[in-house]
Amino acid sequence: MIHNGGQVTYENKGDTLLIRVRGEIDHHSAATVRKSIDDRIVAERPERVLLELSAVDFMDSSGLGLIMGRFALVKQYCGTLAVLDPSPAVIKIMKLAGMERMVSVLRTKSKIEG
Amino acid sequence: MKNRVDFTAAVENEMEWRLPSLSVNEGIARAGVALFCAQLNPTALELADIKCAVSEAVTNCIVHAYRDTVGEIRITVKLCEGRLISIEIRDRGCGIADVKQAREPLFTTDAEGERSGMGFTVMESFCDELRVSSRPGKGTAVTLLKRLHK
Ligand SMILES: Nc1ncnc2c1ncn2[C@@H]1O[C@H](COP(=O)(O)OP(=O)(O)OP(=O)(O)O)[C@@H](O)[C@H]1O
Ligand SMILES: [Mg+2]
Repeated sequence: MIHNGGQVTYENKGDTLLIRVRGEIDHHSAATVRKSIDDRIVAERPERVLLELSAVDFMDSSGLGLIMGRFALVKQYCGTLAVLDPSPAVIKIMKLAGMERMVSVLRTKSKIEG
Repeated sequence: MKNRVDFTAAVENEMEWRLPSLSVNEGIARAGVALFCAQLNPTALELADIKCAVSEAVTNCIVHAYRDTVGEIRITVKLCEGRLISIEIRDRGCGIADVKQAREPLFTTDAEGERSGMGFTVMESFCDELRVSSRPGKGTAVTLLKRLHK
């Protein structure tokens, strides 16, 4: 699949906004994903944002910029952001950048890290 | 420091591709290169590494080399003897004044654009060797070398 760029869905659970991104995150798809997420976050100012990335089958450094940008946005109003269930592609590049030391990574299932 | 890859290996198959620097071509470029490399039966992990490295190099042509213009990106893939893959990604954009600095982790000239400065680091760690040659005002050539498992 070539045009499989980042679809975004949302779910509210109390003070938490669960954002689920699927597909491929690159510079091309990040623009749309960013706009969608920022509109929602600015409108709701959720206390806690969970970025669920288990169905992201491709991510390059543009995805790192996307995560850090949302992390900074949520932090501006004293909210928190965590990455939930990163796929092997996501965790590999996050670790390379040392990003899991800045952004907390949560897992719902016990998985062996890729 | 990784071992340098032998670059005298005979070319067994070759592909050249020219694409305009449109962001939609980032996905096309990595999928196309992966398809061509698939004939060597790489592992899923090797293929994922190749796709990511190609995506980084092509994205750099689009966001940095040609910035607000559209120019040509030339991609040359060579499958060489000994399961060595060489992928050259070349632009005729703005060039890089200080390549050593550009290759440092976290270095970016575009922090406002939410860039993390990790592109070259990704290319370097997902491949066996990365060569960058650039001339300001003339353009940049990035060569990714990857040796597949036996
Ligand atoms: N093809 C190119 N033409 C001109 N300048 C380039 C090119 N590729 C890289 N650069 C320069 O090198 C710097 C580092 O590139 P690198 O890919 O490592 O990080 P980035 O593109 O800034 O951020 P990221 O890749 O994490 O989104 C860029 O900020 C840019 O100044
Ligand atoms: Mg880059």
